[in-house]
Amino acid sequence: MHTTITITGGIIAAVGGLGPGIGVGLIGAKALEAIGRNPDASGRIIPIMIVAMGFAEAIAIYSLVFAFLG
Amino acid sequence: MISLAAEPIAHIGNIPITNTLTDTLLVDVLLIASAWYVSKKIAVIPSFFQASMEIVIEEFYKLTESVSEKKAMLIFPFMMTFFLFIIVSNFSGLFPIVTAIGFFHGKDFTPLFRSASTDLNTTLALALVSLVATHTMSIYTLGLKQYIRRFISYKPLELYTGLLEAVSEVTKIISFSFRLFGNIFVGEVILGLLSAISAFLLPIPLIFYEMFVGTVQAVIFSLLTMAFMALFTSPHGMEE
Repeated sequence: MHTTITITGGIIAAVGGLGPGIGVGLIGAKALEAIGRNPDASGRIIPIMIVAMGFAEAIAIYSLVFAFLG
Repeated sequence: MISLAAEPIAHIGNIPITNTLTDTLLVDVLLIASAWYVSKKIAVIPSFFQASMEIVIEEFYKLTESVSEKKAMLIFPFMMTFFLFIIVSNFSGLFPIVTAIGFFHGKDFTPLFRSASTDLNTTLALALVSLVATHTMSIYTLGLKQYIRRFISYKPLELYTGLLEAVSEVTKIISFSFRLFGNIFVGEVILGLLSAISAFLLPIPLIFYEMFVGTVQAVIFSLLTMAFMALFTSPHGMEE
């Protein structure tokens, strides 16, 4: 008996989105924690948070590109 | 559905003129024209356009200065050019009129302009320019000996870290180009899919999100370039 497994776009996007999802959550949580500790620094924390989220999101985007292609 | 490769719209000899190339030229013309327009009549009491441009330039210059004190004049033109070019080319695909101009051949529609960042060639070229500029700047400011010392050393551990650093230079090209390309390309694909469901109202929130993504990606690209340039123009190691 022989079965072939085809990995489709949905699976790629789902698995590839898992890690970055956790990453973005962690970044947001830590940034909120930092703002909670020091509300005056929020102006400096939020841009860095957004850039860091961009990095984490880029990894999800890689898998999304493959999901659209595959 | 948007195709992965940029669609050629004309040929000069064997060289295809793609719609991302025309968009690149459009962005260039736009940037040069606005630079010319601003510099033509610089006033002490600035007009709205001049003031807004000054705010952008000043904020980025302050940022560059805070990261690399003395090299700011050297690094700033590169990062600012990257930022302006990428943000304008990212936004160029979102304006409704730009992507609607085109022509049909058979049943397929080929737009005359397509956001330059949705072509891997463009982002790869930007990444290569960033990398080559960084290394040239490193040799120029530190000298060839200091530059090579970053990668090659006779001490085993430093040789190992130097090797890692050399490999990371190659992966830097890939991550730089794919990050920008992927984000903007996927944005265009999702916009296309949503527009196919309902061209009215549905894509509007996503257009705003894509503007946000485009801005963030432009900031990331230019900030990373700036950070690497600052890193590579400062002496390596803790020999002293």
